[in-house]
Amino acid sequence: MLAQKKSSPFLMGYRLYVVAFFIFLAAPLISAGAFAFNDSLFPALPWQGFTLDWFFSDTEPKLGMFHDRRLLQGLYYSFVIAIFVAMLSVFVGTTNAFLFVRGEFPGKNFFYILMVVPLVIPGVILGISILVLASDTANYMENRFDLELEFLRPGLLLVVFGQFSFITTITSLVITARLKKFDATMEEAAFNLGASRVRVLRTVTLPFLRPAMIAAGIVAFLVSFENFNTTLFLVGSEAPLTITMYDRMAKVGSTPVLNAVSFVLMVGSGLLALLSIAIQRDKTSQ
Amino acid sequence: MKHTSPAYDLECLDLAKSFGGIRAVKGVSFEIPSGSFFSILGPSGCGKTTLMRMIAGFEEPTSGDIKIKGRSVLGVPPNRRNVKMVFQHLALFPMMNVYENIAYGLRCAGVNNAEIKRKVQDVLERIALPDVGEREIHQLSGGQKQRIAIARCMVLDPDVLLLDEPLGALDLKLREAMKIELKLLQHQFNTTFIYITHDQSEALVMSDNVAIMNQGLFEQIGTPQELYHHPKTAFVAGFVGDSNRWSGTVKSADATGGMVETDQGLSMSFSAGSGQTIRDGDKVDIFVRPEFIRTVRAAETDQAAADGDNQMSGVIDSLLFNGANSRVLVRTGSGELIESDVTVTGNNDLKPGEDVRLVWSSRQAMCFARPESA
Amino acid sequence: MMQNKDIKRLSLILLFSPFALWILLLIILPHIGMVLLSFREKVAPRVYEYSFANYLDFINEPIYWNTLLRTGSMSLLVTALALLIGFPIAYYIAKIAGPRARGGLFLLCLIPLWVSDLIRSFGWILLLRETGVISNFLLWTGLIGEPVEFLYNDIAVIIGLVYTVILFMIVPLVSTLDGMDNSMIEAGYNLGGNGFTVLRRIIIPYAMPGIVAGCIVTFMLTAGSYLTPVLLGGKNSSWFTEQIYNQFITRFNWEGGAAFGMLLLLFTSVVIWLGLKLSGQTLANTVAKS
Repeated sequence: MLAQKKSSPFLMGYRLYVVAFFIFLAAPLISAGAFAFNDSLFPALPWQGFTLDWFFSDTEPKLGMFHDRRLLQGLYYSFVIAIFVAMLSVFVGTTNAFLFVRGEFPGKNFFYILMVVPLVIPGVILGISILVLASDTANYMENRFDLELEFLRPGLLLVVFGQFSFITTITSLVITARLKKFDATMEEAAFNLGASRVRVLRTVTLPFLRPAMIAAGIVAFLVSFENFNTTLFLVGSEAPLTITMYDRMAKVGSTPVLNAVSFVLMVGSGLLALLSIAIQRDKTSQ
Repeated sequence: MKHTSPAYDLECLDLAKSFGGIRAVKGVSFEIPSGSFFSILGPSGCGKTTLMRMIAGFEEPTSGDIKIKGRSVLGVPPNRRNVKMVFQHLALFPMMNVYENIAYGLRCAGVNNAEIKRKVQDVLERIALPDVGEREIHQLSGGQKQRIAIARCMVLDPDVLLLDEPLGALDLKLREAMKIELKLLQHQFNTTFIYITHDQSEALVMSDNVAIMNQGLFEQIGTPQELYHHPKTAFVAGFVGDSNRWSGTVKSADATGGMVETDQGLSMSFSAGSGQTIRDGDKVDIFVRPEFIRTVRAAETDQAAADGDNQMSGVIDSLLFNGANSRVLVRTGSGELIESDVTVTGNNDLKPGEDVRLVWSSRQAMCFARPESA
Repeated sequence: MMQNKDIKRLSLILLFSPFALWILLLIILPHIGMVLLSFREKVAPRVYEYSFANYLDFINEPIYWNTLLRTGSMSLLVTALALLIGFPIAYYIAKIAGPRARGGLFLLCLIPLWVSDLIRSFGWILLLRETGVISNFLLWTGLIGEPVEFLYNDIAVIIGLVYTVILFMIVPLVSTLDGMDNSMIEAGYNLGGNGFTVLRRIIIPYAMPGIVAGCIVTFMLTAGSYLTPVLLGGKNSSWFTEQIYNQFITRFNWEGGAAFGMLLLLFTSVVIWLGLKLSGQTLANTVAKS
């Protein structure tokens, strides 16, 4: 509306600006992905021809990502972490949604703010604060009771907790928004038709929340998969993919195998994102 | 308990409910004969929804008792009461299709699949929608949704079906059609329907009996005709149907009626409302329905004189044309407006500005003593 | 009656406990631990006492507080740039694009959101470095005679950061602008406003919660970012999170690192608080909504 009142050159300029913006958005992603297919030892121009070696070759110097043990291991750990983070954060996100939509208790607004806060704490701080507490506790137990609590040392569990600490805020907000739209008389209707409390939850309320829970789970999975800042301080010997890639970049320098990983990750997250959007769209038709 | 034959599907005994300090329902007693259509009619906030939620079991009464088929249901949770409810916005489950919606209660009761299939099909045929089982809820029209919501309850063969203003969300035309349909459905299932509404025409058209509720109490229970023609209280007279209303003081009275002078200075004769004793000097309210007031041209009064013992002259202020329900507003000498129904033929009709006489019988002037003077 | 109340209370407790465990064990206690650690000074091996030494270190060493100030001012600059660049885009998506293009453009905006920071920075490295795409392209066009290094300077860092955070600016802006009735804008013109006054008097005030939410998240992400400044700024990017990392991992000075972490948290909190106060918004109606 704003632009329609203006002259049409203005609109043209506006459109050009929008196009330029999207080129800006796409450029680094395209360059990160495209060099995976360049038949060269370096991710740089000139273009040496098309190859899939950086994905499938099993020999040095062009060891493909699917034969690179450390990268595959990183991918595996990322998967494990992301699955656990997604499940835990969707679970707590769902209980939080019920707590804040249905529950009546003193200080509710204060606790709601507290729920949002982790989202505005820098990830680095979350990482170090959890590291500090876990290590202090582990040291104390060791000195006092001679107990070696290995799980409190940097490792998979701490990474999961670290990511869970702020991703839960995201899942809580998504699921809370959905639960707020729920017509509570639907539960009364089910109750009236003879269902028990558990059955009402299982057959009416949770199915209504399911699209939001799945979407929140996918978001949690992706955010966990790509997290770096929090993970950096909590990681032990089982490094997830982002950490492995960073190490590789810092120590070996960039090689096209990193482009290959980037390409696979972009395609994978793109598909998951589309899936989550499809689910969200499905819910609006109801 | 066993021996009292349940002539009534539902009995409420001095039922009351308070929320904090607010008494929403203040001691209501009534019983509903089996298989009848019973409406509870009242303005919003009168406590009718609370009353219904107590019958359904969503609220626990503060005092009093509820009996279904002669058996007290106090303390019985809603999912074990054989009272089903059609909600205001129907509350059909959007994540299930029509078949699953209707089968829901049967599944909760542990009925086997073959039986469920037979019963669902049977009830779909009875509501004349045999082929919609596989449809999704959002594919149904408003009237179809209504019928599915009723079928979902009726398939469980309830003792009492509660309906909480289910027509409120429909547009006018469909609402009119659904009134007739609901009545027919009630006949067909032969189950007691309790219908909650603030719309008097819904209550009057469909019900065998209507209870008028106001401020947590029942003002009167009766057939629609009784309520309309023989209201027991001023509230009922004013709430059911349209009325001209005057306040005034009784000048002379005997057992059957008397004369009143209204606050505006008009004198009129009345008959005492049913169950009312009116004494000299009482402050009273008088109600006269527009259809009982005849409007005749001032020049033709002689033939009308026999029709009524109340007469008043005035000037037609405006004609409210609405086909068969047309009405005139007549301004009387003291300046107030009186509504009167007229028949409009399109030929030599009354026009604004004409001098007219209003005529009505004292038998149609319902008079109620005001509470403060009682 | 009693039974019903008991069930309600029990379910409230059951629902509250995961929330309480999460907030207490992963947010509150760790931060208390960090505060305590930051006030601890190592006076001899395995001997500690409470003091302000770590904070005094920060004040006495200009490099540290310069880095914090630099991080803060660069973050504000990045936030402002993201708002300036992102607002027209959000407006275009919400109000000018046709209904079909709208969804597509919004999705396009979201795509980089699903790609790791690392990959985004990696992409910029490949574009900006001496042997990178842009340098090669300019050589090819003849605009430059020899390869140019675009990487490892402040501009590269700012470009990378704006790129990383701009989506978090656009998304809340689109959702608030989307909720705005077009007739409000039309009424603005109808009552005699020109494009500029309508923007200033109607659109921007309406979009304020979205603007504030976008700015808070953007600022917080920028100030707390680690990868982008380190990868694109190189050795001398001097970003405050890098100092924290150095204290923790390289120098193994946890006490100092904790103090730096507290300072960063305090600093970002104060800026966010000021932003909320100045714009008259609250955390609940901005960030929680987006």
